[in-house]
Amino acid sequence: MLGALLIVFREVIEAGLVVGIVLAATRGIPGRGWWVSLGILLGALGAGVVAVFAGAISNAFAGSGQELLNAAVLIVAVISLTWHNVWMAEHGRELAADMRQVGTDVSEGCKPLTALTIVVLLAVMREGSEIVLFLYGIVVAGTGMASLLTGGSLGLVAGAALTALSYYGLIAIPTRYIFSVTGVLIALLAAGMAAQAVRFLQAAGTVTALRTKVWDTSWLLSDSSIPGRMLHVLIGYTDKPTALQLVVYFATLATMFLLIRCLRLERPARRAS
Amino acid sequence: MRLLLLALLAWFGIASQALAQEFSLTIKDHRFEPAALQIPAGTAFTLTVTNEDASPEEFESDDLDIEKVIAGGAKAVIKVEPLDAGRYEFYGEYHEDSAKGAIQAK
Repeated sequence: MLGALLIVFREVIEAGLVVGIVLAATRGIPGRGWWVSLGILLGALGAGVVAVFAGAISNAFAGSGQELLNAAVLIVAVISLTWHNVWMAEHGRELAADMRQVGTDVSEGCKPLTALTIVVLLAVMREGSEIVLFLYGIVVAGTGMASLLTGGSLGLVAGAALTALSYYGLIAIPTRYIFSVTGVLIALLAAGMAAQAVRFLQAAGTVTALRTKVWDTSWLLSDSSIPGRMLHVLIGYTDKPTALQLVVYFATLATMFLLIRCLRLERPARRAS
Repeated sequence: MRLLLLALLAWFGIASQALAQEFSLTIKDHRFEPAALQIPAGTAFTLTVTNEDASPEEFESDDLDIEKVIAGGAKAVIKVEPLDAGRYEFYGEYHEDSAKGAIQAK
């Protein structure tokens, strides 16, 4: 039972931390509850589809289908997160100012929401498919089903609770700073995902450059431990990063920073005209 | 020209064969068979894991940095980089109690 609890808990917190950050980042945008729920729902459906076709996916592209799918999913998520942060750089200040006023422009608000809905969808789909496969395995085996399913459900509840905790922790931040904080969190989230996409591409053999492991801190904080997994989602921590992973990590952060700087510099000029 | 191309193709054929030493594992009743693999250190290889159980398994190794879901009755091909001599453990994440094994690189 404890094993089942841990497996489900691990996957739920990975998706849950993403959902928590997205919820905090969209605070004050009308209709965001619907968009995030839609993302979770579609993600759960996607998880089922990925699980059903797990065999076919795995065999695709000479046995590298799974890695390539994961990499593609992560890259799309990175693009969506970048898009959101750039949009927020333009509109975040107005949004923070208008937050208590009803009637923030809904059509304006829709733009980052679609991006973040995609991020939620993909996070739930990726982690959820593993839960579906695991639970399916339990059902196939038939033995000890009750205790394993109890464990799985408890894992789900615990994961959801942690998500809620991360969300309430974030929204306790004063309104003036919240979008700066969530902006940084989303940038780190994106950089971590980009680095993980690199790892999948390297595992698939698609990318062979800079494969040397730069350090090994698995003795200190292992990727498979719960804190390791949480840091992995939040800041992209990996105990054995390859050189290319580090390069891509910092390149993603730099790209996002530069895009935002450019927009900020451009804005006063536009106002003057 | 055509000859050169053929020669090149042949060379690539040999090169890719030489690159890909193959090893295989089977999962049955949530156990690895064999549970211990001897592999030469310093050469890249592919590891084919066949899951003969009806339920899916996730082949995982923290030491090797591998994570791969294998559906019931399916087979996965994993590319592994040249290893330094040593012991590398792996396990099945969905059945960690029984599915355990290790690669010994020499």
